[in-house]
Amino acid sequence: MSDTNIEERVKKIVIEHLGVEKEKVANDASFIDDLGADSLDTVELVMAFEEEFGVEIPDDAAETILTVGDAVRFLSKSTA
Amino acid sequence: MRRVVVTGMGMVTPLACGVEETWRILLAGGNGADRISGFEIDDLACQVACQLPRGNGSEGTYNPDDWMEPKEQRKVDEFIVYAMAAAEQALADAAWKPESYEDQIRTGVMIGSGIGGLTGIVEAGYTLRDKGPRRVSPFFIPGRLINLASGQVSIRHGLKGPNHAVVTACSTGSHAIGDAARLIGLGDAEVMVAGGAESPINRIAIAGFAACRALSTGFNDRPKMASRPYDENRDGFVMGEGAGIVVLEELEHAKARGARMYGEVIGYGLSGDAHHITAPASDGDGAYRCMKAALDRAGVSPSQIDYVNAHGTSTPLGDEIEVAAVERVVGDAADGLTMSSTKSAIGHLLGAAGAVEAIFCLLAIRDNIVPPTLNLDNPSIATPIDLVPHKAKEKPIDVVLSNSFGFGGTNASLVFRRI
Repeated sequence: MSDTNIEERVKKIVIEHLGVEKEKVANDASFIDDLGADSLDTVELVMAFEEEFGVEIPDDAAETILTVGDAVRFLSKSTA
Repeated sequence: MRRVVVTGMGMVTPLACGVEETWRILLAGGNGADRISGFEIDDLACQVACQLPRGNGSEGTYNPDDWMEPKEQRKVDEFIVYAMAAAEQALADAAWKPESYEDQIRTGVMIGSGIGGLTGIVEAGYTLRDKGPRRVSPFFIPGRLINLASGQVSIRHGLKGPNHAVVTACSTGSHAIGDAARLIGLGDAEVMVAGGAESPINRIAIAGFAACRALSTGFNDRPKMASRPYDENRDGFVMGEGAGIVVLEELEHAKARGARMYGEVIGYGLSGDAHHITAPASDGDGAYRCMKAALDRAGVSPSQIDYVNAHGTSTPLGDEIEVAAVERVVGDAADGLTMSSTKSAIGHLLGAAGAVEAIFCLLAIRDNIVPPTLNLDNPSIATPIDLVPHKAKEKPIDVVLSNSFGFGGTNASLVFRRI
């Protein structure tokens, strides 16, 4: 799976779940500080990533996924 | 106790989104019933309901996006969105926007619901069964809890006073207004945003209420005739949905800021049937006692009541029991009393019913007109009470009584007076 493909799918999920403009979903955008998510939103985002990519993201790993780029990097590794 | 007045009103009903729009259609004899749309109904015994007129928000239609951002709607059940809509209308109508800390902590919320978020519970149940616990959304619980209507409204408007929620089935809206008025009366708050919201038009609720034999099933091909309180052919209630919310305010607080006052809450009575989980007691004693308690508290005599907004759900048992209980309460004053059931036009909004009907009562006082009981072609009982068949009726109205009775044998009556 190419990283570009993963990035697109991650961004699509973020846009859907957080209801934010496509332009705001940059790789360095923080879910909480830049995209208006709260702690429950981030839990749901991680669940959506798990569902979309068919992986399990343990809680301690989930805590390190703070930005769009974090998610893309984590999912690129775990689906490689 | 301190005196409490109503200074703002908001509603979303099957007739329209908005108080004035709903009232205009109600007085003109509008009827919100239709065959249910939006989900499979072929296998349901009842296929009729009063659903919200959804649209782009213009001309009285209901557009949820006008009241809550789509990304927030996704996290909550519809009853919460209805509550947000009605609460925002009511606060705007009251021109009450607490911005100082002092005003915020003296403004509370008490919005109830009979059932809460059934649809989301069903969906989460499927998710749990099919995908396991790791897929149950973090928004499942806070999107279904009944008190989250009060919670969401308080967060949106910065209302930091008492935050409470009533759950007494079909009496919820009346209990919420009565209890909230008491909180103000006793000094716990200066202003309360109170009422009820309900979103029960879904497969599981229709199936469940039909199983209780509570719903109309004989008018699936003639939906506009299904809700017919007091009529000999009535066969059960028609489900409605929506929300009714009022702004209650301590009298001097309202006067000091020059607020418009729709009426005063002068009486509130409560009782229990201790009889059956769904059926009303045949002697109507619980209904009698809550009306009596409300009138005693109000200090008005039966002959002073100008209008009764009945519980009148169009069930075979309940309607006649209520009429008999009202006759017992008012005695000789039954002759000349005016009573109607607006559920004939909007269906039964369960936990929102009492609040929506309280607003109709206050509008009846404002405009000196009584909304009609639709479809009342042949009353099943002889009563001296004028049940206002088919057409609205103009008459001077200063004092009104509103009844709500719920599953579990829970009863509430409210009395409002012109101010």
